[in-house]
This record gives sequence, C-alpha cells and structure tokens, in this order.
Amino acid sequence: MELPRPNPMVLERRAEIVARLKEALPADTVIDDPRGLVAYECDALTAYRCPPLAVVLPRSTDEVAAALRICHAMDVPVVPRGAGTSLAGGSLPTADAVVIGVARLTEVLETDYADRIIRLQTGRTNLSVTGAVEADGFFYAPDPSSQLACAISGNIGMNSGGAHCLKYGVTTNNLLGVTMVLMDGTVVEIGGAYMDAGDLDLLSVICGSEGQLGIVTEATLRILPKPEGARPVLMGFDSSRVAGACVSDIIEAGVLPVAIEFMDRPCIRACEAFAHAGYPDVEALLIIEVEGSPAEIDHQLRLIREIAERHAPEVIRESTSAEESAAIWLGRKSAFGAMGQINDYMCLDGTIPVTELPLVLERIGELSAQYGLGVANVFHAGDGNMHPLILFDANKPGDLELCEQMGADILRLCVEVGGCLTGEHGVGVEKRDLMTVQFSREDLEAQLKVKDVFDPKWLLNAAKVFPLAVTEGRRP
Amino acid sequence: MKTNFTDAQLADPGIARANEILRACVHCGFCTATCPSYQVLGDELDSPRGRIYLIKDMLESGRPADAETVRHVDRCLGCLACMTTCPSGVHYMHLVDHARAHIERTWDRPWQERILRGALARILPYPGRFRWAMLGAKIARPFRRLVPDARARAMLDMAKAPIAAPSRLDEPQVHKAQGSRRGRVVLMTGCAQKALDADINAATIRLLTRLGIEVAIPKGEGCCGALVHHMGREEEAKRFAAHNICAWMAEIEGLDAIVINTSGCGTTVKDYGHIFRNDPLAEAAAEISAKAKDITEFLATLDLPAPERSGMRVAYHAACSLQHGQKVTAAPQTLLQAAGYEVATPSDPHLCCGSAGTYNLMQPEIAGELGRRKAASLEAVKPEAIAAGNIGCMAQIGERTGVPVVHTVELLDWAWGGPRPAKLGNSG
Repeated sequence: MELPRPNPMVLERRAEIVARLKEALPADTVIDDPRGLVAYECDALTAYRCPPLAVVLPRSTDEVAAALRICHAMDVPVVPRGAGTSLAGGSLPTADAVVIGVARLTEVLETDYADRIIRLQTGRTNLSVTGAVEADGFFYAPDPSSQLACAISGNIGMNSGGAHCLKYGVTTNNLLGVTMVLMDGTVVEIGGAYMDAGDLDLLSVICGSEGQLGIVTEATLRILPKPEGARPVLMGFDSSRVAGACVSDIIEAGVLPVAIEFMDRPCIRACEAFAHAGYPDVEALLIIEVEGSPAEIDHQLRLIREIAERHAPEVIRESTSAEESAAIWLGRKSAFGAMGQINDYMCLDGTIPVTELPLVLERIGELSAQYGLGVANVFHAGDGNMHPLILFDANKPGDLELCEQMGADILRLCVEVGGCLTGEHGVGVEKRDLMTVQFSREDLEAQLKVKDVFDPKWLLNAAKVFPLAVTEGRRP
Repeated sequence: MKTNFTDAQLADPGIARANEILRACVHCGFCTATCPSYQVLGDELDSPRGRIYLIKDMLESGRPADAETVRHVDRCLGCLACMTTCPSGVHYMHLVDHARAHIERTWDRPWQERILRGALARILPYPGRFRWAMLGAKIARPFRRLVPDARARAMLDMAKAPIAAPSRLDEPQVHKAQGSRRGRVVLMTGCAQKALDADINAATIRLLTRLGIEVAIPKGEGCCGALVHHMGREEEAKRFAAHNICAWMAEIEGLDAIVINTSGCGTTVKDYGHIFRNDPLAEAAAEISAKAKDITEFLATLDLPAPERSGMRVAYHAACSLQHGQKVTAAPQTLLQAAGYEVATPSDPHLCCGSAGTYNLMQPEIAGELGRRKAASLEAVKPEAIAAGNIGCMAQIGERTGVPVVHTVELLDWAWGGPRPAKLGNSG
C-alpha cells in the first residue's frame, strides 16, 4: 500500500498552519507534539501507519467549521476521524494532513419517542446511542461488532452494518438526516426527522462516502421499540461447507432471523476463551437469533431446526437465559480482538450472494493452503458479508506482503462470484487498489465527479477509496 | 501489533514482558469506550490505546521519558477497566507499571511535583505519620486559598475527613474464633485506612470471629506497597512487599487465606508473585499471592447464617481494584443480598469514581469530575446507603453525597449480629 507523496508546500508551512489552528481554537484542541501525533498515526488497521501534521479535537460544529476553513484556505489535506476503529484504514493520515477527530462531540441533542428519532452529535459511540434510549424501551438497530467503541460518524462514513442488519438494514436504512461541514467550512443540513428526502436523495450519497464529501457532526437516527424477546440458538456442524449450505437453505425458505452469524473453529476457540459463552468445539458454528413474542420465537426456531436437521448438525442448543444470550453475543462481537490473543491478522470484508457461501469458503481454504497462511472465518452469513481473518506474523519480514496478496485474491473471488469488495468496513486504503477489479474506468470517473462537487480541491480524505493513479491530477 | 525491539532489548525481562503484552494488542480501540479519563478528556492520548502507543514508542526507542508521555501516563487512573473490556487479553497493568518505573528512573519531574510525590510516599504508608499530617493539614486548611497548586489544595482537603485514633484491635495479636474454629486467616490491617477509619477492621474481625474464623494479625505487616508502586518507585514497593511476605510466611502453616478489606491493596498483594518473579523471594511471593483474598471473596466460601433483618436499599459501588483488578464482581452483591439488603447498581458500574490511590490528589480536576458523575449515578438509584469495598472510593464518594457511605463488610457485620455502622447515624 502506497501513500501519496506529501505536499512539500504544506509541510513547509507546518508552523504557520498549526499557529492559525491554535489561534482559532481553544488551547487543548490542537495536538502538534510529535510524540502525541504518533498515537494518531493509524486506526485499527495497524499494518499501515503515518503520523499526521497535526490533530484537531473540536467540541462543536462551529469549531469543526473553523478548522476546515483554515485548512481549505491553506490547501491542507484533512483526514476525518471518529473513534479510530476502522479496519480498512479509513482514518489513516498522510504526513501533510490535519486529522479532525469528532470524539469529543458526544451529546444527545433530542429524543422523540413518538416520532422514533434521536438527534445527536456523531462522536457518540454506537452502543451508547442505544444506552441513551433503552431505559424507555427503544434501541438503535445497526450493531457493528465494534459497537462498544465505534462512533456514529464512522458508521455513517462506512455505512456500517452488523449482526442484526439481516433484519433491520445497515446504517443508511436507519439514518434520517445529518449536519455536515463541507471542506470550505460551510455547514449544511441534509434530510431531517422524516423517512424520505423531498429533493434529490443526497443523504444516500453521503452515507458510505468514507469522509470524502464532508465531516458529519450531527445525525438524526431512527430508533425502534425493543422486540418483546429474542433468543439465539447455536448450531454446530462438522464442516464450513455444510454450515454455509444450511444458511442458504434458511434464507431460501423465507425464514427471516434477525441474525445469522458464522464462526469457524479457530474463532470459536478464541471467543470461548474470552467470553465463556459455552460455544461447542466444532468445525463451524452458526449463531442464529430470532425475536418476537414467545410464540413467534418458538415457531421460527422450529422452522429453522427442521431445515438445520437436514444438514445433520452435531449440536443444536438454544440459549436458556438472558445471561447466556449476552455471553453468546459478547463472544461473537469480541471475535476480532479475541483472535489477537492468538495471532496477528488482517481482517477482510467482502460481500457475496448467500448461495455462493459454500463455494467461497472452500476456495478460501484452498487459498490458505496455497499461501501457507492460516485463515479464521467469522462473518454475517445471513447477508453474505464475509470477514475472513488472514493470520500472519507482523514481526516476520515479508509476511504482511504475502497476507496482502492473499487478501486481494479473496476479494477478487468475492467480485468474481457476483459480490463486492466491501460489506461494511469501507474501502479505505485497504481495498483502494482493488477498485479497478470491480469498476470500469467510466464507473470510477462517475464516482470521482461526485467528489468534485462536494470537495473541488480534493482535500478531504483524498488518498482513500480510489486507486492513486485514478485520482492523479485531481489531488493537489 | 508489530513491535520493534532489538534482541539486546528483549534480553531484559521487563522489556520482554512489555513486548509480549504489546504483541497481543490489536489496536481495536474497545478499551477507549470504558476508560474514565478518555470519557472526561476525549483525547485518545488519554485512553489506554493511546497510552499503549506512547509507551511502546518510548520503550522501543529506549529513550528517557518525555513531558508529553509522562502527562498522559500520569492521567491514567490505573482503574484497569480496559483489562475487563479488552478481548485480546492485553495485560495493561503490567505494561503501565513498567512504564511508570521507566518514567521514575529517567524523568526529572518539576520540583513541586517531586516534593508532593515524595511527601505522599513518606506519609501515607505510615498510619502514625499520616495522622500527624492530617492534623497539620487541619490547621493549615483555613489558608487553602493561598496555596497556588491545585494538587496541594486537594491534599489539604483530605483533612476534612476525621482522624481515626489507633485501634487496639489492629495491634499484632490473635483474635480467637467464637465457638468451634472453622478456619484461620491473617488480616492485613492496611495503612492509610487505619488512620481514616478504624471501624472497617473492627467489623471484619467481629464478623470473621463470630463466623468461627480465627483472625491473626502478625507482627511486621504494613503497607502493601501499592502506593509507591503506582508512582513507579519499584524498589521501595518491593521493600514494603518483602516485609509483608516475611510476616505472613511465618503464619502460612494451616492458613486459609490472607484477608484484605481494602481492594486497592488486594490487587497489589495478588500481584506479588509477578513483582518478585525474578527474585529469591519468588516462590514465597507466589504463595502469598495465591492466599490473598478480598474479604467478600473469602466470606463467599463460608456457610452463612440467615439474615436477621431486611429491606435497606443499598447502592453497591464496585471499586475498580475489586471488579477490574481482581475480577471479584458477584461476591459483594450476592453477600449483601444474602444478608437481606436490597442491592441496586448505578448506570455506570464499570467506571471509576476518581479516587484511584493518590490520583484524586495528583489529578484533582479529572478526579473531581469523575467523583461528581459517580455520586450522581449512585444517588439516581435512590439508596439509603452506599456500600464499597475500598477506603479510597468511600472517601471520594462520601465527599460528594449526603448518602452515608459504608464498607460492605460493615453492612454484613451488622446484618449478621454486629452493631449498626456508626456512619449510618442513629435513625431507623
């Protein structure tokens, strides 16, 4: 992975840029100490690192606008940052960039249960959105595995999904409006507390734009009443292929669980060691959750069991208590971190048609043997969003490059079977150079023109999403 | 996470351990979500992930500590909420301990800080000196406005607390079990706790002996060393610890547990095995660590009588050292319930109250904000009393609420035949 050459004109004016930022913003808002900058050199994709020119941590939309105005006037690239949990390098800085982080923007501005909306600042973490409304019986549906720590700003940037998106949709289906600051400091309001746009649906353009169109500081989100009940069931199989076939059959039968999650043996063991959820030690595990009234839950689980039994599962076990259900989900949602106890890894994120699951899992196994690198699989099987973790040794020279090549092959495979490069982590820098596998030059050009409109100078997160060769000439 | 240590660096056991810890971290950021200082300050440098990065950079380069790194490591409460949250099993405690020792060795603190830290290290572990210092502070307190340093003012404010006279019960002796003896324990009587509140040890001794447990208070035990350990003063900490190890090893035959009722100390005693891992005392230290039990952890192993009364609504404040440091989470609440109390938990049970050893003295602004938040979330559950298992939390919360704050063991003692805790007042 290559970063563009930092703009020497910007580097030369570093002192002046920092001085102007400090002049416009409160003292503890600007970080320029080289030691401090090192901690902002990467997000959760630590394979790629680069300390920024400075970091700004504003406390209001106005402060975000002030920082952007200065950067715009001085032609300084800007990298937006939420909680820094991106697995695709979405907030990886460049050496000439000012990182603008929204972590201090955490207030809830308004809740309206009658209209089922919450308006908040986007530095707030995903789980704490539910935290703000759950005492009143509501929740916010999209639930990325990193929901404890990831910020709504990043969820909007990457159009994040999560385990329960099989039923509730991803971020874009739950986002009603945003306050966004454009690169030149203009503050715009898009959408509002209603379901559809009266005009051109710009909100759908912004959601998933990976911080390239503006910095979203406030959002109006849809909240939902909590279901009457929910119950996960664990199903263990002796092969990944059979588990994959079972998922296809469940979806094909028209049953709609809220979540169908898949883990293979390496992941099961790592998660069990952390969460003590009672996962069976099998080759492939499905966590299937259904919700509703007790009668609805029983009915859906009966249908699912009938389908599963055709695939001769080794274990079928329903959760018997709220504590057990919580442990089952804690384990699943900690999967990436828990794997860290065992190995360095690179986490991929591709999406495929559900019916292709058995084939793709088999091909990933073959690639693993071919490259001599282990793979652990954990993913949202219900909607075909794959997360293979390629295991490697970060301290062993050459291993990262091998891992990158294998990752590229897996993502090419996703596109080949009719899927796409990303499910929810975004393209970032990780998948940037693979965009040409999925899109023709014309397709890419059309996308670039959208960015031209919002950010004509190409200062916002410009080293991401598109191959550098494609954006050459647009970037300063 | 990738690390860059040379083979020569890795030959140092401290660096080897740090490398092991850093290699387990995947930089996922989950720890930021439950870090109290990050909740207040919102800068990643004040979160575990940021500190891990600063420490990594400092250790890899082998350079002396610098102002920026010290500022952010100093702002860590050491509450260890990050260790509960971390799915990768990163042992942040050992990493930050190592960093603090490195800072202590390589960083010249400004003179005001050196004086403050030196004074704390020379006073707090010694109950006699601490009582005199409290008296001095009481006299100086009317002039607190003239003191320019917020930390020094925070120290004077400690004098608002009453001074507890030395208790005869805490002197070296054996408290015999009532009735037939069911077990034998050593009680660690602590240091600062004794000077602030003599009722906690008294309640512990009463309750244990009433339950048929003989309680030995060996000669020679003293401060656990946590206080100086958290300042990075490794050698002093080891001296304190070694005294205790020797005092307790003399009692080890047939001993069921070393009972500790200040959970901050408990976390450190349970880590003696690690602290002395490359030392002639290694084996003894490991044995002592294995015997160390929080009072509630030990009580939970006993058959307990039925409660004598019921109904008081108690908010349970989980001390970080107990819930994160020692992973003792259920026992205090189950015991309170078994003793007939109605137990409520605040909405932020995982977050630190800001006490954190000497943190409330060294970082009064952040500690004050955390204390205010914690008192509010505890009051929100409308308790008649607040129970906690650590004297530091009791003082920190007690300063900010009108609800009486008692030690868990005082409530348990009361429920099972002891006197009503004086802190609850006379009503009811």
